Amino acid sequence: MTLTTCTTLGALAPDYDLIIVGAGPAGLAAALEAVPAGVSVLVLDEHPGPGGQMYRALTRNAPEAFGFLGPDYWRGAALVEAFLACPVQYAPRATVWSLQPGTDGPDPGLEVGVSQGGEARLLRARQVILALGGQERPMPIPGWTLPGVMLAGAGQIALKSAGLVPKGKVVLAGCGPMLYLLAGQLLDAGCAPSAILDTTRPGQWLRALPRLPGLLASAYFWKGLKVLLKVRTSVPFIRGVKALEALGTGQVERLRFRTGGRWRELPADLVLLHQGVVPELSLSGAAGCELEWNPRQRAFQPRHDGSGRTSVPGVSVAGDGGAVAGALMAEVTGRLAAISALAALGALDPARRAERERPLVRELRRLRRGRPFLDLLYQSREAFRIPPDDSTIVCRCEEVRAGQVRSAIALGAPGPNQLKAFLRCGMGPCQGRLCALTVTEMMAAQRRMDPGAVGIFRARIPVKPITLGEMASLPATPEALVACTGAATPLAASLTTQR
Amino acid sequence: MFLRIIEPRETLTFTFDGRPIQAAPGESVAAALLQAGVRVFRTSVPGGEPRGPHCLMGICFDCLVTIDGVPNRQSCQVDAAAGMVVESQHGARAVEWGERP
Repeated sequence: MTLTTCTTLGALAPDYDLIIVGAGPAGLAAALEAVPAGVSVLVLDEHPGPGGQMYRALTRNAPEAFGFLGPDYWRGAALVEAFLACPVQYAPRATVWSLQPGTDGPDPGLEVGVSQGGEARLLRARQVILALGGQERPMPIPGWTLPGVMLAGAGQIALKSAGLVPKGKVVLAGCGPMLYLLAGQLLDAGCAPSAILDTTRPGQWLRALPRLPGLLASAYFWKGLKVLLKVRTSVPFIRGVKALEALGTGQVERLRFRTGGRWRELPADLVLLHQGVVPELSLSGAAGCELEWNPRQRAFQPRHDGSGRTSVPGVSVAGDGGAVAGALMAEVTGRLAAISALAALGALDPARRAERERPLVRELRRLRRGRPFLDLLYQSREAFRIPPDDSTIVCRCEEVRAGQVRSAIALGAPGPNQLKAFLRCGMGPCQGRLCALTVTEMMAAQRRMDPGAVGIFRARIPVKPITLGEMASLPATPEALVACTGAATPLAASLTTQR
Repeated sequence: MFLRIIEPRETLTFTFDGRPIQAAPGESVAAALLQAGVRVFRTSVPGGEPRGPHCLMGICFDCLVTIDGVPNRQSCQVDAAAGMVVESQHGARAVEWGERP
């Protein structure tokens, strides 16, 4: 038995013991852990191939041609190959747009709304693992909506998925390991950025210092140091950047920046911004998972019990979607979530469970070292989390500006969710993914409150846009017909039987 | 804005606003457009501002285009295919009241 790739929804069963959402390192590791126990497992993923953003397009890329992606990328080959050889159902290009408690029967489980190939279906699962990954923290600077201003992750995806490198003058701006890693990959691919504008706070390393011993003992240290040294000796590296502004007519042409009291300008055909990775929360949030504020990473994450189980029965999180900690950690948390799901399914007795968890928990502790130092050192500057200039766009979709958000807060919008109704901020197609944290940070600062107490936009289903055609393709249940026609009419009954 | 450093063994052709675009099989529409020098994919709904891809991973919705007549497709999430008709979008999409079967 090998993997079954399901390209149409018709190939799927109506219910599963375990549905895993996401085929990045966490989702793949969870599947590998769960499948041998004999439970029925389905992996749903939005992308065309397994690997997530970290190992994106790994199955398509030839190692000899894509060597510049580095050993941390190619390490994923073992995981992806093991997954491809594992007897599991895998549906690529499948978008999950809802997750709710089920409604019928004594064991209703969970209901997962998914669309693939223009059709939609509701599947049932007894357990769900959300391995949704991370997204980059939005970096709302003036001009960030101009074409040619992208996130560093986008530069990396272009490199991984299509072998594309930036042409012309490319400027990297922000801070964090991923920015320097991208610079290193671009150098290895023969495309030197024209500058790195580093926004790390100069005194920040002092605050991170108490956590230094952890970093020295971690795998990150030498690897990170090597990348940093290479980048800093090969690319003009401008430290202490306090403000940024992308300028241009119709597209980005220049990047203005301030160090100390002085503004300078660089020509730029492409600007790649980055200030850290935060959990992608749309589906876990919409499912009702309780969220908590992580003050070191300045982000919300689903509250869980250490093995990934959230406040919603049957729903677990794993990987960066649970707490941002990188790909290796994602594999470990994916496995832990699977073990806990197997235990909940009655497929693993407590003694065996403890035995399987022990080495993983040890690994977790080892991998955690070094992370606090990096989180503190690269904690983004307030000016890049809370736009000081009133005219800076906060919500890209609805073009809501910082000044408008500040006025709505001053007017008394009780929380981020009410503020949506004041301004439509966060109500465009991205559903707040690129403004939610900014709004929370702005409200917390203006009211001198803890961001955790302010809260964050509650995502609503469908968490990804689906067409009316897809909605209409959902099987018409008796309940749905009653909801539409107002009564269980003979017509409704006949339609149900026709289906 | 982007340059291909690895030449694909085979290419396919689709059109963007009538102009032929070469893509490698398995590549997204957005990647192919960026490589062909396209910067502006659409203009925004509220202000008519030019927009192009920001995240390339399906979360920002700034790379929306019309593909084979279907509006608001995320070009970074759709594989390029031979003969595809891709068009830029300007402002909001209207509901088309056509004669559909």
